[in-house]
Amino acid sequence: MKRFAELFAALDTTTSTAARTKALAEYFRTAPEADRVWTVALLSGRRPKRVVNATELRNWAAEAAGLPLWLFEESYNVAGDLAETIALLLPPATTDADPTLDQALRQLIQLAGQPEPIRKQATLAAWAQLQGDARLLYTKLITGGFRMGVAQGLMTRALAQATGVEETTLAHRLMGDWKPETTGFHALIEGDGQQGARPYPFALASPLEAEPETLGPVTDWLAEWKWDGIRGQIIARPGAFAVWSRGEDLITDRFPEFAALADFLPPGTVIDGEILAWDGVAPLPFAALQTRITRKTVSKAQMAKAPAHILAYDLLEDAGEDIRQQPLAHRRARLATILAQIPPSLPLSLSPQITAQDWPELTAERAKARDKQAEGLMLKRLSSPYHQGRKRGDWWKWKLDPYAVDAVMLYAQAGHGRRANLYTDYTFAVRDGNDLVPFTKAYSGLTDAEFNQITAWVNRNTLERFGPVRRVKPELVFEIGFEGIQASPRHKSGLALRFPRMLRWRQDKALDQIDTLESLRALLAGTKP
Amino acid sequence: MARDNLLTFTDKGIFCPEGGFYIDPWRPVDRALITHGHSDHARPGHNRYLSTDKAAPVIRARLGDITIDTIPYGETRAIGGVNVTFHPAGHVPGSAQIAVERGGEVWVVSGDYKVENDGLSEAFAPVPCHTFISECTFGLPLFRWQPQAAITADITDWWAKNRAEGRISIISAYSLGKAQRLMAMLGHQGPILTHGAVTHMTDILRDQGYNLPPTIHVTPDITHKTHPGALVVAPGSALGTPWAKRFGDAAEATASGWMALRGIRRRRGATTGFALSDHADWPGLNQAIRATGAERVFVTHGYTAPFRRWLSEQGYDAGIIETAYHGDDAQDPDFMLPEIPPGGAGGGQPPVATET
Ligand SMILES: [Zn+2]
Ligand SMILES: [Zn+2]
Repeated sequence: MKRFAELFAALDTTTSTAARTKALAEYFRTAPEADRVWTVALLSGRRPKRVVNATELRNWAAEAAGLPLWLFEESYNVAGDLAETIALLLPPATTDADPTLDQALRQLIQLAGQPEPIRKQATLAAWAQLQGDARLLYTKLITGGFRMGVAQGLMTRALAQATGVEETTLAHRLMGDWKPETTGFHALIEGDGQQGARPYPFALASPLEAEPETLGPVTDWLAEWKWDGIRGQIIARPGAFAVWSRGEDLITDRFPEFAALADFLPPGTVIDGEILAWDGVAPLPFAALQTRITRKTVSKAQMAKAPAHILAYDLLEDAGEDIRQQPLAHRRARLATILAQIPPSLPLSLSPQITAQDWPELTAERAKARDKQAEGLMLKRLSSPYHQGRKRGDWWKWKLDPYAVDAVMLYAQAGHGRRANLYTDYTFAVRDGNDLVPFTKAYSGLTDAEFNQITAWVNRNTLERFGPVRRVKPELVFEIGFEGIQASPRHKSGLALRFPRMLRWRQDKALDQIDTLESLRALLAGTKP
Repeated sequence: MARDNLLTFTDKGIFCPEGGFYIDPWRPVDRALITHGHSDHARPGHNRYLSTDKAAPVIRARLGDITIDTIPYGETRAIGGVNVTFHPAGHVPGSAQIAVERGGEVWVVSGDYKVENDGLSEAFAPVPCHTFISECTFGLPLFRWQPQAAITADITDWWAKNRAEGRISIISAYSLGKAQRLMAMLGHQGPILTHGAVTHMTDILRDQGYNLPPTIHVTPDITHKTHPGALVVAPGSALGTPWAKRFGDAAEATASGWMALRGIRRRRGATTGFALSDHADWPGLNQAIRATGAERVFVTHGYTAPFRRWLSEQGYDAGIIETAYHGDDAQDPDFMLPEIPPGGAGGGQPPVATET
């Protein structure tokens, strides 16, 4: 674990991409091979399942540290991270053992399903022998909440540097559902020659900030709606059918209606598209799809209420051949041909292309996005390959401007972790007659300098304390941006926002200039139910 | 014991009615006893000041034309109907705890303190008392400092690694206390350059006879080319400014007790953090309080609510002194933390707010 902890510390103390890549590549060259496999697995989201729940961890750690549980909780409130809290509160290690990452994780996996006394004893024993960052990391691994803040692209690049295997090849090989327990380092890096149900790395778009005219002639571009669903990849290969989400989750079982596609798509077809809840001709709001993704198994009633459908964007594999380097125009034509040959009753169709003579016309089309349940337009260069990850220049997301309202801060709460000593989480209200009605929380969008200033203000203007939350004088006005709004009987205001965040601190505005609940209701009425 | 409390807590600070003086008051008063020169303790505007002779030069340099009387550590002076004695607090050079005695009853105000002897500040000495008023900046068990020797070794390694890469090392530290402590820890290893704010405080302490290694004041002609691989000690506010640019691609680190928390290190922008504090850590606070033999403890400055509850569970008669004035102008970097309100300590229920 020490070698892994050193890697963690090296990554944690620099934001320089070059330095991070170097540290990782060095690790992939020198760490024990089994540890390298686990590290690739952990950095690509293949975390071991949680074997101890948070309540157990708290109780065991408080007991081992000889502290009352309430003081453990106070400490956790400040550190903001359970594993770090535990690592700091426990007495120093009694031995200086150094199990490898592989040993530690294999032992951990075996704890799953064991009775509490066994899991407790193993956990206390591990804590007693691990020091500092190794203890922190081990604890994060037990909770199933391990994250290292390394983008998969960076990890792949470092692995490519360490092994000499080309980056895109490596990226594809690392996808799918391989298991670190049973995969050797060389098998992982060199591939097993089997495609199976392995997906391709997704191509990602960058937000378009410049005027669209800067992109050249409109005819160089494919424009389509930016749908608000789940980006997914459908794999139909001989003997393998799978639906993957962009987060590399296998979601085949959550959408039983797609199973029929296996019988109709030509063998060796891989399609990139958007999974949406569908009313028969058009998408339903994202809230409908949400009812489908929160559960592992889906009931008949849910399927009837929110039937799933895929709008296809792109074709990545055609008759078993990887065609990602072909121009988009070609891939799209092949996609259209394939989709034209399947029965129209199947839940898969082409995402329509939006055509326009010039940019102003396309801009006018984009304005209709909300009526279409879309977030804006996607612009893809017709001559572009299917890139791996985000490569600026060929794919742009051209979103509508967010909705915005001015609201007043009612409550403030200290942040966690990086911002444990600042008030960063706020609850906002709009006016309803003489009342202020809380309607959303937001915690991002300001600079550290602004958070510092507001923290000082909160300290001076607290009216009441409720545990970690402070009620403050309703005085500070913020512009709150959001992507969507929906009715929500669970909330006092009767509505819920999608992706709320602070656009700016309106120091120029006072309490009497904030928006009203009525104006939010009008926005709600303006969106399709 | 039927008599009035020796010290009371007012909106100007801690007040001794019988002595007619305040201790570290935050609003202008007639007579102020000052524990040490940090700006959240030594404020301008009082008619008369009293501090240790060791703390006075810095206080004078910071507050300008003030009327200040001095007293050596351990000497007792009668003020009004009480006796006052200053004892070493180990926080920074010259810092003191203040003991107030009347008819055998003793109250001690700790000021800021640390228990570990740093080799530069006069070492903390526990003062037996009946009532102890303790700071608790780091009053949570999360905070346990490494011994100074271990931190010295960590900083030494970091500096050596940067030097080997041909880079300057800049370490940010408060200009009074922490900066000089770093010099004393590291000064024998190579040239230490100082920012003007640090130079100013260092010169005053050196003139007083504190044993500090030679340092070099950063003048406009000094850069990473003239002093490759040097260590620069500067206040945090100097990092990222044009002043710091002269040192090229320098490695930066912060020395503060808050660096014990990973979240706070990360907020500092991924630089290195050394958990070096001039305040007592959790074991230090507990040890210091035990050593006074006090039955009653008031806590102030820091995690007051949980620390008070902890003490009362340990059998102390414990209370909180609210510091009404720990605002945005607190310059001690160890006070960048606002008082975080207690989460589970009987603070009531969170308000019904919207969910996300
Ligand atoms: Zn101080
Ligand atoms: Zn202080």
